Amino acid sequence: MTTLNQTQKNWRSRLFDRPTRPYIHPYLGGLLLGLVLFAAFFITGNGLGASGGLNRIIVFFEDLIAPAHIDRVPYLLKMAGGALNPLDDWVVPLVFGTIAGGFLSGWFGGRLKVETNRGPHISKRTRWLMAFIGGAFMGYGARMARGCTSGQALSGGAVLSLGSWAFMFAVFAGAYALAYFVRRLWN
Amino acid sequence: MPFPLSLETLVSKPMMFLIFGLIGFAFGFVLESAGFGNSKKLAAQFYFKDMTVLKVMFGAIITAMVLLFITIGLGILDFSLVWVNPTYLASGIVGGLIMGVGFIIGGFCPGTSLVAMATRKIDGLFFVFGVLFGIFVFGETVEYFYDWWNTAGYMGRVTIPEWLGVPVGAVVVAVVLMALFMFWGAEQLERIFGGRDLSKEPRWRRYAAVGIVTFAVSVMIIGTPTTEEKYERIASVKDAALANREVQINPGELLDSVANDTLRVVMLDVRSEAEYNQFHITGAENVPLAQIRSILPEVQAQQAINTVFVLMSNDEEAATEAWKALQAESVTNVYILEGGINQWIGTFGQEESDIVQVASPSGNDSLCFSFPAALGDRYDAADPSPHEWTLDYTPKVKLEVKRDKSSGGCG
Repeated sequence: MTTLNQTQKNWRSRLFDRPTRPYIHPYLGGLLLGLVLFAAFFITGNGLGASGGLNRIIVFFEDLIAPAHIDRVPYLLKMAGGALNPLDDWVVPLVFGTIAGGFLSGWFGGRLKVETNRGPHISKRTRWLMAFIGGAFMGYGARMARGCTSGQALSGGAVLSLGSWAFMFAVFAGAYALAYFVRRLWN
Repeated sequence: MPFPLSLETLVSKPMMFLIFGLIGFAFGFVLESAGFGNSKKLAAQFYFKDMTVLKVMFGAIITAMVLLFITIGLGILDFSLVWVNPTYLASGIVGGLIMGVGFIIGGFCPGTSLVAMATRKIDGLFFVFGVLFGIFVFGETVEYFYDWWNTAGYMGRVTIPEWLGVPVGAVVVAVVLMALFMFWGAEQLERIFGGRDLSKEPRWRRYAAVGIVTFAVSVMIIGTPTTEEKYERIASVKDAALANREVQINPGELLDSVANDTLRVVMLDVRSEAEYNQFHITGAENVPLAQIRSILPEVQAQQAINTVFVLMSNDEEAATEAWKALQAESVTNVYILEGGINQWIGTFGQEESDIVQVASPSGNDSLCFSFPAALGDRYDAADPSPHEWTLDYTPKVKLEVKRDKSSGGCG
């Protein structure tokens, strides 16, 4: 029994308690991310995306619960109407790949610790609530803008889409405009 | 022009999903390595303490941009097959502002919250739940502003150089210079607000800056290939198809295709407006040859598996030129009306006493008939009934599956 616990502990510690490495330099990060983005366009013709995949995952569950409802809403119909499987789209494996890649990088850099990153003046619970609320805004806005930071700003920005650049400046404008008023959350 | 690859036809579906999975893997790996799994680091961007978000984002955009437009300029990558987010100005800006609010409150964007969750950050997990909730609410409320969402500020597939009417290279250079200026400004802000010691920053970043500017300037020098240059690259295959009469469809096949409910036939009449007004086939749209490029965005937007484009001129000469232009721009399912309008009238207009044949078709693309008045499609021959005509022909329309670039991460 002890040995089993021991091995289990070793296994866990090898996964989660690795020495923390620093993040890579931002410009190197930009270069590498740019290469990934270029490879995506060059090989597949599509850029990157995240919110589209999450969208299809949520619609998949909606379709399980209320298929008739899906068939009445044109926006949902396009993804899951009738026999359409909302998960049958390239952006879905992309999302799962992103999660796996993030995990491996976190393992490599010793950053798999369970934690809640927050400003010094708020409790964990406040941070969780704010994360949820912020996420809801993000999700709503991303669908309205037809893409998030990855699908619109990065991908559309690299191919010089006019709308993506307008979108990008709107995101930064929205965040900077509100930053002062929510400074207690982060500082 | 082999790139981007036509994955749908080259590999099986699991294989295709594996490729996208690997791209996602690299994406997640780089995001996490750059610190995007940490909400504090992301939010610090908006207090000028740590400008990592800006540096990584614009670094990625300019890197990918110069590589894309160099390969496009060299003719290795076909830009018309690359997904360009269509411009919906109003919903893009409103959505962007909402996302900005979400960003500063929640500390992530959807992609970064995924890697935060993957590295066991509880706030990342809550954010992902929030995103799913927000997406769900959007799906349930979009019907109240569906028209606005789909039409307000809609400009289709338009790039900044097209919008400004300047060469791509000029915009690429300008964007790179702007990004480098922003990097410089970001470093100054980090020094002032974040107390960063800039003397410890690596020297290679200067070489990298010189490198990216060199690449951007080479985009300007290479330029973008013209339609003629693009056709040259595919000429051997396409000229053979023309010579073997693989793409010239009989008037009977056009008539049957129009009557076929499972096909959507878009007829483009590339003659002058005057000749079009004299006589044209019912449903044909007039796009004089010189303007064929101007309808490309529309044609590309209309491409679907069951859409067939049929080009026509008096004989075949102008239609063939238009066909080459559309082939060069990678439009699929394009055909030429065999013998043009002259053969069409010769086939369906025999009974029409008003239309008089004044010459025999010589192949020089001139109209061989005279008309009492410019009645357009109000002649019987303009709209023959498919039930009354049964013509023998060799069917040539083969539908080619269009590449799936319909969602671009936004589906």
